[in-house]
Amino acid sequence: MTQTIVTEPDLFRIIGPDGFRVSNGDVDVRLSDDDMVALYEQMVVTRVLDQEFVNLQRQGQLGLYPSCRGQEAAQVGSAFALSPEDWVFPQYRELGVFLGRGVDPLGIGLLWRGTVHGGLGLLERRCAPVCVPIATHSLHAVGMALGAVLDGGRDVSVAYIGDGATSEGDAHEALNLAAVFGAPCIFFVQNNHWAISVPVSEQTRSASIAAKASAYGMAGIRCDGNDVLACYMATRRAVEAARAGGGPTLIEAVTYRIAGHTTSDDPRRYRSDAEVERWRALDPLSRYQAFLRQEALWSEDVEVRCRGRASALAEGLRQGVTGAPEPDPSRIFDAVFRWPTPALREQAAQLAAEMGRETS
Amino acid sequence: MSEWTMVAALNEALIDATAADESVVVFGEDVGRLGGVFRVTDGIQARFGPKRCFDTPLAESGIVGLAVGLALRGFRPVPEIQFDAFTYPAFEQIVSHLAKYRSRTQGRVDLPVTLRVPSFGGVGAPEHHSESPETYLAHTAGLKVVIPSTPADAYALLRESIELDDPVVFLEPKSRYWQAMPRDVPTGSIGRAVVRRPGRDVTIVSYGPTVATALSAADVASELGWDIEVIDLCSLVPLDMDSVVASVERTGRCVVVHEAPRTLGPGAEIAALVQERAFLRLRSPVLRATGFDTPYPPARTEGRWLPDVERVLGCVEQAVAY
Repeated sequence: MTQTIVTEPDLFRIIGPDGFRVSNGDVDVRLSDDDMVALYEQMVVTRVLDQEFVNLQRQGQLGLYPSCRGQEAAQVGSAFALSPEDWVFPQYRELGVFLGRGVDPLGIGLLWRGTVHGGLGLLERRCAPVCVPIATHSLHAVGMALGAVLDGGRDVSVAYIGDGATSEGDAHEALNLAAVFGAPCIFFVQNNHWAISVPVSEQTRSASIAAKASAYGMAGIRCDGNDVLACYMATRRAVEAARAGGGPTLIEAVTYRIAGHTTSDDPRRYRSDAEVERWRALDPLSRYQAFLRQEALWSEDVEVRCRGRASALAEGLRQGVTGAPEPDPSRIFDAVFRWPTPALREQAAQLAAEMGRETS
Repeated sequence: MSEWTMVAALNEALIDATAADESVVVFGEDVGRLGGVFRVTDGIQARFGPKRCFDTPLAESGIVGLAVGLALRGFRPVPEIQFDAFTYPAFEQIVSHLAKYRSRTQGRVDLPVTLRVPSFGGVGAPEHHSESPETYLAHTAGLKVVIPSTPADAYALLRESIELDDPVVFLEPKSRYWQAMPRDVPTGSIGRAVVRRPGRDVTIVSYGPTVATALSAADVASELGWDIEVIDLCSLVPLDMDSVVASVERTGRCVVVHEAPRTLGPGAEIAALVQERAFLRLRSPVLRATGFDTPYPPARTEGRWLPDVERVLGCVEQAVAY
């Protein structure tokens, strides 16, 4: 099952696992040299920060962290195809997308530390709060995109979901509603092969996740999720179609979750090291680095610069998280409603009195 | 004095709100071409076009999820869930998203969604069409729960709900849809209860469909020599306990009436608050006339399930005789 990524004929791919442009990959990606390198830099930053988040969790600074290791190409490539006016509705593993939207890593750190809920920067970065109830946010993306149909907006909404999410009822409703309304909505499915411990082969009997698109009456494409240019191009084409009134697209990016589901998971209970090693060999970063070498766009200087920026961000994250002040418990009453109800005012006064007793 | 039904009042409120604010969008199952199965949205699509009022595929979770996405964009969605029990497929969207998006964005976005739901029993409907979902909703932080009992209140409360920047679940008592009642009468507002009938001996607290039951019981009680005050809460969140407590401090007795099953229902919370705030003024325990802790029964037995005048009077008699 997991070997199909190397051989599958209808997998959209620009760079092969060996780093060479594939023979049928005569796609004009229309990216400048700087952009080609920027993609690499963003993947390096994502990889390094992801590891820093894992380290911070291991050191007790974060309660939990879901690593995106192995999925950098899918996340960085797809986010690179979006404009600032587009909207992103993520799940929770999308560090590469968050960074692509310009979300402050410290905000993500405070989220997993247990300082704030949701967060990220809905209005500033057009990036919705992380969404733990699987697939439920895909409906918000469709609602936002339906709004663009109603008000004539040029923006596109992207719902990031996973292979497991495609089994949820809300994903079905979202796909159907998006197609019925012709909404400019992209469903970017990272098929990372595992929904915690259940493999994608036990998630669906469909030939592929992308194949489901035709039943909904929308475009579907299956791309190599470890090929950053394929993920970028698949998303860019979907964005262009959506902006032109062509409605939604379902993109399946075939990739792999190298780490456990979260830092609390023990993946050795359900999958073999050999499988993980096969996918490590398909690592998206080393593949893209090899490609850039072919194109004479990679150098030691580029590597040093990318690593340097990543390290600086990681250091900033570490300092911000470890020095983060504890949240003020009295703030929990602030944003339940626009104005607190009598019951909330009474309970806020109770908490204030309890806190006053503790400090006096 | 001119009269209107609750269906007409709700329809007028939706038309006026749609005309008043171009961000208002009305959508749901059969609300467009058909005008809703109860005709509450009748004529809105014809008048304002399919971008302001449209049909959705059958997808209750989707309807609420769309409303969340539209609200984030600046729309003021007024979706309809066709019947009470059909809110259950949308429960996660209501509880995890509609109710919590404000707090999950640290108060930076408004969720001005008014989710209309024809609710409650007493109309001889088939299974899953007569439920009282208010307890689930009122127990969820972040939702306002508004329930009108008269046409004039339905108009006023729906307009107010649509103008609110918080999500409102607006439960419409189907059994009160078709009675013609006066137009130009004082109305309650969200979080402000109305004394429907002043009295000295017992306070009956109710909302929605059972306010009429309480008033009928009060009429009968007056013939028996008991002077009943009837309070219509208008909303469960916010809950206007000041009005309830002020009344009970005068009467010393309190009966709560609702269709919802008794155990841990709204009556339990009201009874708890009354004894917290008016303990020494009480002359009898707070009593409840409610539906039973059973699934809503088949239509031909609902008359024995719903709290009727007799059940309410039983509580009144018990309170007075205590």
